[in-house]
Amino acid sequence: MSQINRIAGGLIDRQKTLEFQFDGKTYQGHPGDTLASALLANGVRLMGRSFKYHRPRGPLTAGSEEPNAIVALRAGARQEPNARATVAELYDGLTARSQNHIGRLSFDLLAVNDLLSPFFAAGFYYKTFMWPKAFWEKLYEPIIRRAAGLGSLSGQPDPDLYDKGFLHCDLLIIGAGPAGLAAALTAGRSGADVILADEDFVLGGRLNSETYRLDEATGADWARAAVAELASLPNVRLMARTTVLGAFDHGIYGALERVADHLPSPAAGTPRQILWRIYTKRSLLCAGAIERPIAFENNDRPGIMLGSALRSYANRWGAAVGQEVAIFTNNDEGHSTARDLLAKGLRIAAVIDSRADAPKSTAYEVLAGAVVTNTAGRLGLRSVTVGLPNGQSRRIDCQALGVSGGWNPNVHLTCHQRGRPSWDAGLAAFVPGANLPMGMSVAGAAMGQMSTTAALASGAAAAVACLADLGVSASLPKLPATEDSPLRLTPLFHVPGKGRAWLDQQNDVTVKDVKLAHQEGYISVEHLKRYTTLGMATDQGKTSNIGGLAVMAEMTGKSIPETGTTMFRPPYTPVSIAAFAGRASGVDFRPTRLTPSHHWAAEQGAVFVEVGMWLRAQWFPRAGETTWRQSVDREVLATRKSVGICDVTTLGKIDVQGTDAAEFLNRIYANAFGKLGVGKVRYGLMLREDGIAMDDGTTARLAEDHFVTTTTTANAVGVYRHLEFCRQCLWPDLDVQIISTTEAWAQYSIAGPNARKLLEKIVDPAFDISNAAFPYMGCGEITVCGGLRARLFRISFSGELAFELAVPTRYGDALMRRLVEDGREYDATVYGTEALGVMRIEKGHAAGNELNGTSTALNLGMGGMVSKKKDAIGSTLSEREGLNQPDALRLVGFRPVDPQHNFAAGSHLIGKDAEANAANDQGYLTSVAFSPSLGHSIGLGYLKNGAARTGEILRAVNPVQNAETLVEVVSAHFIDPEGERLRA
Amino acid sequence: MIINHPLLGPRDSQEFTYLGDASLIERPDWQAADAVDQFYDYLYLRDNPAGLHRELWYHEQGDRSWLVVTRNTLTHDITSVELARDVAKAKGRST
Amino acid sequence: MHSLAALTPLGGPLPKTEKIGTLTISEITNCALASVTLRRGKDQAFAVAAETLFATALPAPGVWQQAGVYGLIWMGPDQWFIEAPFASHEDIAQILKAGLGDSASVTEQTDGWVRFDVQGARVVDLLERLCPAPSRRMQTGAATRTLLEHMGCLVICRETAQHFSLLAPRSYAKSLAHALTAAARSIG
Repeated sequence: MSQINRIAGGLIDRQKTLEFQFDGKTYQGHPGDTLASALLANGVRLMGRSFKYHRPRGPLTAGSEEPNAIVALRAGARQEPNARATVAELYDGLTARSQNHIGRLSFDLLAVNDLLSPFFAAGFYYKTFMWPKAFWEKLYEPIIRRAAGLGSLSGQPDPDLYDKGFLHCDLLIIGAGPAGLAAALTAGRSGADVILADEDFVLGGRLNSETYRLDEATGADWARAAVAELASLPNVRLMARTTVLGAFDHGIYGALERVADHLPSPAAGTPRQILWRIYTKRSLLCAGAIERPIAFENNDRPGIMLGSALRSYANRWGAAVGQEVAIFTNNDEGHSTARDLLAKGLRIAAVIDSRADAPKSTAYEVLAGAVVTNTAGRLGLRSVTVGLPNGQSRRIDCQALGVSGGWNPNVHLTCHQRGRPSWDAGLAAFVPGANLPMGMSVAGAAMGQMSTTAALASGAAAAVACLADLGVSASLPKLPATEDSPLRLTPLFHVPGKGRAWLDQQNDVTVKDVKLAHQEGYISVEHLKRYTTLGMATDQGKTSNIGGLAVMAEMTGKSIPETGTTMFRPPYTPVSIAAFAGRASGVDFRPTRLTPSHHWAAEQGAVFVEVGMWLRAQWFPRAGETTWRQSVDREVLATRKSVGICDVTTLGKIDVQGTDAAEFLNRIYANAFGKLGVGKVRYGLMLREDGIAMDDGTTARLAEDHFVTTTTTANAVGVYRHLEFCRQCLWPDLDVQIISTTEAWAQYSIAGPNARKLLEKIVDPAFDISNAAFPYMGCGEITVCGGLRARLFRISFSGELAFELAVPTRYGDALMRRLVEDGREYDATVYGTEALGVMRIEKGHAAGNELNGTSTALNLGMGGMVSKKKDAIGSTLSEREGLNQPDALRLVGFRPVDPQHNFAAGSHLIGKDAEANAANDQGYLTSVAFSPSLGHSIGLGYLKNGAARTGEILRAVNPVQNAETLVEVVSAHFIDPEGERLRA
Repeated sequence: MIINHPLLGPRDSQEFTYLGDASLIERPDWQAADAVDQFYDYLYLRDNPAGLHRELWYHEQGDRSWLVVTRNTLTHDITSVELARDVAKAKGRST
Repeated sequence: MHSLAALTPLGGPLPKTEKIGTLTISEITNCALASVTLRRGKDQAFAVAAETLFATALPAPGVWQQAGVYGLIWMGPDQWFIEAPFASHEDIAQILKAGLGDSASVTEQTDGWVRFDVQGARVVDLLERLCPAPSRRMQTGAATRTLLEHMGCLVICRETAQHFSLLAPRSYAKSLAHALTAAARSIG
């Protein structure tokens, strides 16, 4: 069987033959075909099963509005479920499978649902599966999920790349039919930056599917010539295979370009699809119109489709749906279909025209005032039953039925902001309302200009008007003479009858379902939609919403516009999640920031941890170490015993300069900075305005008018933003300038009793770093390694004698290697973030766990630091009574009563004999670590009135792991509480 | 959304970070007798208009300017964009 | 002369250059950089000092301008970045501070940034895959900060539709290089 329904003509390349497979069977088609057109040409009408009742279905349309012909494209990792056969471009080797059936497509075991349909009406699930409750998860849901739903994913990683992109234009024209092409020619010739986007792979819209001429040229030829001219203009970007999927705020549009969906696979390194963000000054929607069906009993059989689709398949693709064709119409369009198909050599069984005053014809039989009342043919249409005006019925054999119920302007994108379409009684359709997305105009059939002549003229005129808004003058082009017939239509949305007449074929919603919903009190259209699921499928009801509204209107005795409007949301057609993700997947999910010592650390086999976007060395395993604790314990002990080195570059560094810099810092930090001497460093606690701790760090005064302040790694961005807010919005006349220098300097901590000895080998001899000359909390600009400019800060996070040394980042790697090499005689050990954390807990320094967004200076034990003599962010509200209760939480230390015992951060503190409940909650543990220095676990935590409870025994209760440990309240400073080591 | 930056022209709102009501510029005097009450109002009590709203945006991925943007919260129409520093000065904030 | 060897932002001893199709992506390390910010109330003195130093006024918002050895880039209100050859201006902050005195705050930025130059006829196609800046409309001298694949970047048009510089915080070097090379392959 080879293309038995292939007929003459069309925009396909018959010189080349493409082989493809559908449900395992091989067929042939041609370049220019879609999967649907090729299958139809091969005599295949049945392409899938419906969602709920598993009814046999074939294509209803020839475009992206398709509800029925939904298939799985490709196989393996590239399998794409729920693809519309009507827009899937044929390529050699394409494979497709039908979906949503068990067993063969032609004998679906789940078709039993269709026989049970009386039980499955609207609301069935809501009513039936309510009880018993326990059955829902175990029984009902698995069955429903298996029976319903559409295609499935492969479960394998997507092998393709997806790009994002950004484009700017003066005028975006959406849709390249007659209106869009006329607009693009007008705008393109004016020199404006124009983007013309169309979802189709051939530009021209309906011009490629109709037989009327534009002057002497066929529609397709005229479109081709227009496209050729546009392609020659450097200011015009033509985007075929590009769906504008959403209209967003302020003239921003989303568009999906299918770069390689028409190829077996994308070229190496190139994307399958590109999600474009298009910034427009103006946009012109020329999205055309979508023909709508008429509902009647059994109107869903394969072979029944829109009249415009029959014409498209015949004229554009040279494919017939059947040799004998009947037409059912309520307007003149049906007669055009009949003439076109006759010209292609097909037989017209009859034109069933619901209008009593239907046009007459000598070429085919016209049944005026008649309607289709039923159809027959289990897997494909065999005949239709016609109800004649005299009350009799007549059966007509045919394999195809073209249904024309009128046209709905494609108002989709006009609704994406807050626009509601308005009713045009002449067209019996909704047209774009007044409230369009910013900068949008609408032309052509989308605006209700239904003839080709009107579409061309309105496209050109709208382009002129859009450009005039931008100050660009464009002149109207000479437009060809062409079809200008008025729409003659008598509205008919459904044929009354007892059987099931389908409105929404994708979600299997019938006229009866809508009536039932109305009976049950669903008066609002929004409720109706949700109850019946009408219009809620992947096609957003493009062919069904108006029909549903019309039935609803009939039930309520109101007009359609009184009943409601139909609204659409982005995306215009379904978009794969991969396109939204773009390149942000896997390791590229977000950028990675590397520290200056990263390459060295990687050479050492360091284990890295993500800290925000930074990758930091967590610990450095050595040969023989099998657990992380062994490495971390060694790093801690070696540092405390001799000297350790740690890359602390990730801490935020902000350069603060200006004659008011000290005053600025005074207001930023709760504690005072005005009197900090040059060459000195001070710890600062920054509060939020509500009195809660925001961040902490050290600030070094390099000169009278020059400070370098540090932030925690996590808060670097937020603190900088806050400083800019204070500088610009609160005190705009302070003479203070700030800029980040985080990455300009590689900064290493050198800590431990031998830190100075090691540094003396690095720091140039001209600089005295003895305890007397460079005491604790000193800082200075120095040189190292024979003249390299550097900064030295004597600050300590570990509690040891410690310095932080900063050099220009490009020398950071070499400095790390030098420190390790020169430190060999002291067994210098490089430590990671884990050891850093252990040492700060041992020393009782607060970090992110303690600065957790709920803690005040008082909680942290720093209440005394909040100066009452000056204004600083947060100082006023930190005095609120509620934050200063006598039993306020205080940061204290904890150790297990039995040193063998362990406990977990997050545990709550409960009195020794009290019941573990919220009423007895005394506080919680924030940080816990095993202290290799002490040989047991230690913790920091917040305890009510904790400063006065040293020595008390409490329980650290961890209900999540059902564990509890007896702990003793101790000082938070487990190591060197007097601070002798730091000052050594 | 597009924010028409007073110095740089139209920019994608992706480049900005949002803070909230522009009344945050009007930080109370810490020495006022009822300073705690004033700060409480300043920090916690804001209008939530369905309509025009003056709000603070920070051009974080740009020139680091804080801006006062007047935006209609119903339509997202932006009717004015000012440098927050200028607004602060006009309100009498100085040092 | 000190004894520490420099590493490029990408971690090599020498800057890397990659050719993909007709595009060349080069890591640029021979450029010193410093920020210059006007101090409050010193407009007059600053204008005079800057004009003396650079033989031109500092550029307006959104502009990069070459002035002798110096590249001048507007970065924000009252703030500019100054480029100069690294070999002669490694101590650029000192040089500028000496010229501007207390009319400006000067901060060394040389190693705070990684710079890649992308050159070739399809550079705009590449940039359109990565960042919202209107690169097709940017003329020689246009400079703007924006987002590029989630990284805050400075985009400078050195030559219309032919040559752009992209600067990101130095720690992003590897991710930025990846984004650029991936986009270069992507445009085919």
